[in-house]
Amino acid sequence: MDEEKTIANPVLEVSDLEVVYRTDEETVYAVNGLSLKVNAGETLGLVGETGAGKTTLALSIMKLLPERIGFIENGTIILDGINVTKASPEAMRDLRGEVVSMIFQDPMTSLNPVVTIGEQIAEILELHKTTLSKKEREERVDRMLEMIGISPERKGEYPHQFSGGMKQRIVIAMALACEPLLLLADEPTTALDVTIQAQVLNIMNSLKERFKTATIFITHDLGIVAQTCDKVAVMYSGEIVEYGDLRHIFSKDPFHHPYTVGLFNSIPNIKSDAPRLSPINGMMPDPTIRFKGCRFAERCAHCTERCENEKPPFVDRDGHQVRCFLFAEDGEASSKTEVQAQ
Amino acid sequence: MLKYILKRLLLLIPVIIGISFIIFSIMQLTPGDPAREILGDNAAQEAVDALREEMGLNDPFLVQYGRYMWRAARGNFGTSYQTGQSVMKQILERFPTTIYLAIGATLVAIIIGVPVGLISAVKQYSLMDDVSTIFSMVLTAIPNFWLGLVLMLALSLKLKWFPAYGATSLKHFVLPWITLSCMTLAVLIRMTRSSMLEVIRQDYIRTARAKGAKESRIVFRHALRNALLPVITVIGTQLSVQLGGAIIVETVFSIPGLGTMIISGIKTKDIPVVMGGVMFIALVGGLVNLLVDILYAYIDPRLKSRYVGTKRDRKRLNQAKKEVTGDA
Repeated sequence: MDEEKTIANPVLEVSDLEVVYRTDEETVYAVNGLSLKVNAGETLGLVGETGAGKTTLALSIMKLLPERIGFIENGTIILDGINVTKASPEAMRDLRGEVVSMIFQDPMTSLNPVVTIGEQIAEILELHKTTLSKKEREERVDRMLEMIGISPERKGEYPHQFSGGMKQRIVIAMALACEPLLLLADEPTTALDVTIQAQVLNIMNSLKERFKTATIFITHDLGIVAQTCDKVAVMYSGEIVEYGDLRHIFSKDPFHHPYTVGLFNSIPNIKSDAPRLSPINGMMPDPTIRFKGCRFAERCAHCTERCENEKPPFVDRDGHQVRCFLFAEDGEASSKTEVQAQ
Repeated sequence: MLKYILKRLLLLIPVIIGISFIIFSIMQLTPGDPAREILGDNAAQEAVDALREEMGLNDPFLVQYGRYMWRAARGNFGTSYQTGQSVMKQILERFPTTIYLAIGATLVAIIIGVPVGLISAVKQYSLMDDVSTIFSMVLTAIPNFWLGLVLMLALSLKLKWFPAYGATSLKHFVLPWITLSCMTLAVLIRMTRSSMLEVIRQDYIRTARAKGAKESRIVFRHALRNALLPVITVIGTQLSVQLGGAIIVETVFSIPGLGTMIISGIKTKDIPVVMGGVMFIALVGGLVNLLVDILYAYIDPRLKSRYVGTKRDRKRLNQAKKEVTGDA
């Protein structure tokens, strides 16, 4: 844990990932050929509406897709040099908690109600830092609790004795106790009210910086993205449609995917006089159907015949990538799914 | 906590009164005459009438009931019409045998039922799961008096492994335990399984997996304790059900417990014996349920903190309050 974390080496490299949920009735294509890179210490915001496959991506990285239903069909996930898709259950257990941690959406249900919070934080150390003595473990738990602003004296208490915000801070402390290389934060503040959100975000940011943990921050709140992320990936219907630095995504220039534009237009603006929000028309396509062309085509104002039949390529401008024909210089522009050469 | 226990004990009083009223009414409504039972079929009608008058059996129903309850409230449960023995003494003599039978059967059910239910949840849809499902369905469908007779026929009369009746040694109890435990066993298998399946799908189990915990650790450390909470409630209610079930099993295996006492009381219209026996079983059942609820509160920290108010807890509570106000 004390070794220098090598900068600029990708902690996580996902390529051509395809994930499906298969039940007796139907097959849901949740993630469709997604590629992604996260460098050490970097925070990537993963935005997109509900059902875009954000959580599925995170669960695939943890290899915690629902048993007998969720399957990784194709592609590779390289986490700290290890191919997760081929890793044995034992190898995965070593990775989870130690190399990659996850924070779930609802702090109310993600802590075990009959185990004290101290024990729950200590458990992750017990599992991975086996060289620590019991005393050292306890000291470490105390330190973590102090960092999240909860008195270490309360470690003998049970989750129900804490408020929602405190619980989420405890979950964060637990996730970061082993100083993992990568943190997957799946909408960690969605279930909290706004005043508590800021507090939880602050604690998460400070701990992240302290431990130099790379983070994938899953959210649909663009405000939070602006506050916390270095890079942003916009996800739509199981694929990334736009990727770039924070400033790229939030820039005013017209080089954006129509879906990203739609997302920004859906944010309430106090300054504008518009009596209503302008949501994106239509709904996300049926995830049980596979598409030939652009998945956003049927909701897109700029849709052409080509969009419906051909998969648009990523157009790269200075590291800012948009997957749309609008910006393709010529029709033949690499329509391969090869992405994000950074 | 003390307040809660007292409240529950007070609530037992109307329950006992209700039960006693129902039993007393049934005893009145069923045919047969206690005086005739005492004197025998050959006694003269005049003698029977005289005895009825003496026993107060000619008084109106409510007067009889009131008189009985008034005595019972002061601890006098009367004497048996048949033997002249004190009912209370008879109950206390026989009760240990019945409770031994019921607790033994419950233990058998727990020792087999909980692990089987657990395995069948953890290995859902496996062969083991199917076998245990079928097993518990069969157990539910078998009436225990029939099972008792079959076991007796096969294991004691044919194979001579166990004695067929009586209650003098541990060996005597094996067949009654098996017979009595069977329904509870089925319930516990199903209950443990479904409760465990529910718990395994909880978010905190996913959290434990995300920490890198082994499957065995997840089951025993994180899931089991949560899954057993509802199972404990069921064990409590089953124990009181078994006190009732013991009546049948005791009769089948001729065990001198409360059950056989009540049955022979019913046959001879021995009202004090039946009333005393049933009320006693009801009381014990109520107490067992209360005990289980207290136990429950100790296992589930969410309930415990609501009822247990020690000095240390109060100190913690105040501290927590301070932190919450600091938090907001």
